[in-house]
Amino acid sequence: MKRWELRFSGAGGQGLITGGIILAEAAILDGKNALQSQSYGPEARGGASKAEVIISDEEISFPKVGRCDLLLSLTQLSCDKYLETLKPGGILVIDDSVVTPERDDIKIFSIPILSTATTKLGKPMVANIIALGAIHSITSIVSQESLQKAVLSRVPKGTEELNKVALKEGYELVK
Amino acid sequence: MTVKLMQGNEACVAGALKAGMKFYAGYPITPSTEIAELSAEELPKVGGKFIQMEDEIAGIAATLGGSLAGLKSMTATSGPGFSLKQENIGYGIITETPCVIVNVQRSGPSTGLPTSPAQGDIMQARWGTHGDHSIIVLYPSSVKEIYYTTIRAFNLAEKYRTPVILLLDEIIGHMREKIEIPENDDVEIIDRKKPTCSPSEYKAFKVQDGDVVPEMAAFGEGYRYHVTGLVHDETGFPSGNELVADKLLNRLIDKIENNKEDIVTYEEYMLDDADIAIVSFGSIARSAKSAVDSLRSQGYKVGLFRPITIWPSAEDQLEELGKKMKKIFVVELNAGQYFLEVDRIAGKHTKVNKYGKINGDIITPDEIVAVVKEDQNA
Repeated sequence: MKRWELRFSGAGGQGLITGGIILAEAAILDGKNALQSQSYGPEARGGASKAEVIISDEEISFPKVGRCDLLLSLTQLSCDKYLETLKPGGILVIDDSVVTPERDDIKIFSIPILSTATTKLGKPMVANIIALGAIHSITSIVSQESLQKAVLSRVPKGTEELNKVALKEGYELVK
Repeated sequence: MTVKLMQGNEACVAGALKAGMKFYAGYPITPSTEIAELSAEELPKVGGKFIQMEDEIAGIAATLGGSLAGLKSMTATSGPGFSLKQENIGYGIITETPCVIVNVQRSGPSTGLPTSPAQGDIMQARWGTHGDHSIIVLYPSSVKEIYYTTIRAFNLAEKYRTPVILLLDEIIGHMREKIEIPENDDVEIIDRKKPTCSPSEYKAFKVQDGDVVPEMAAFGEGYRYHVTGLVHDETGFPSGNELVADKLLNRLIDKIENNKEDIVTYEEYMLDDADIAIVSFGSIARSAKSAVDSLRSQGYKVGLFRPITIWPSAEDQLEELGKKMKKIFVVELNAGQYFLEVDRIAGKHTKVNKYGKINGDIITPDEIVAVVKEDQNA
């Protein structure tokens, strides 16, 4: 397995850092190395927020994500800001409320992450979990079993069933 | 075996608890705040105490008090907070009070760039408190190493009865990474040596034959003694006698400088056949390691020397490095601080260059690769 560098972007409060931690924990459950870093400061509340994850079979020395292999953008602002950091040949996952950018050197998945959370499940806070499900369907970067285990060990008690459903919705957004 | 994703600051607290920390006093400041938060959460569970003081000065003062009362004590801070602690670091040195002071470095001077990383406190850690003294400063580079180095910081503090500074930086303090901790982690834990004589015979600052430091009684155990920042004799009471001053101050320096073999640790990476060495530490050593891999794949014989004990410096090893290498690059996230030490030692034998940055950005592997290649192809 190559070194995967992922950048999750959106607005502060969308659970992107938790999403990054869950993905890194799933990778560790799979026996891989994983490292998660995040931005602090004004960016962490409102505006464009981001979490970064590196997953590899090998030792991870340099701990920062530069040009990423996968970019998740849940808002227009974050997509505009970080699109240029996506490598040629990379994967862009955007909420369908974001205008699909004009880049023909990447694969683009425009899917209804936020509306599935808000309208279908009635819980905006599970958007990050839906996104993780979709990313799993696209990349298989971690096993489904580890991902579910990692999700369930991080989410608040009493929300396990909701998050299982959110994960399943995410899997099915990309087929 | 526990395998989990852990944050650097979290690993520091886990290591401190493993080492036997029972008291934490401090004042929260980014990017060290998680250390205070987790200590507050975990210490009551092990019968320890956490106290948030009114500022950083009070934080280290209470930390020293906790240690004098017999508890392994720690405080953590960053940036301006580390500046505020300097006077009491000196008090800890002259009173031989073991404690661990964590400084998760951020950009300065003053409040600087509060959320940006830096390695700008290398010289402040060495010389921040006034007067002649020696000090132990450790600087790990990964989450796992933070765990074990924090344990070691407590051990060295107890063994040599001195404040030990644990340097981290925003990058390794905040990042989360995989850590494996064995279930029965039989890592060595050192406790201060207590007096066996009767309280009436106890001389608080007398070094017993065969020992490096005086035996340390805890306040409240019946051994009464005087603690002062003034030069003092073996009883602990102040003295202006030059022989007493000479003996005490040199003993405080010698107990560290004469035990470098025990204190100094470092990592060597790909140095065996190298003719170019990069010297780097903390988070930036990770960039340097990636750069070494990249330069090796392009045919350059480059290796990495990574001090884990920053002070006292690895003088013998750096001297050897100077003799073996055609060139040494000191790569650090500051304007060239450790460069001064490496150049002092290795510069007698080879050319030492510096590469640094002070704008709040990290140094990337590509930058280091470019610096080395530009120099080599010039």
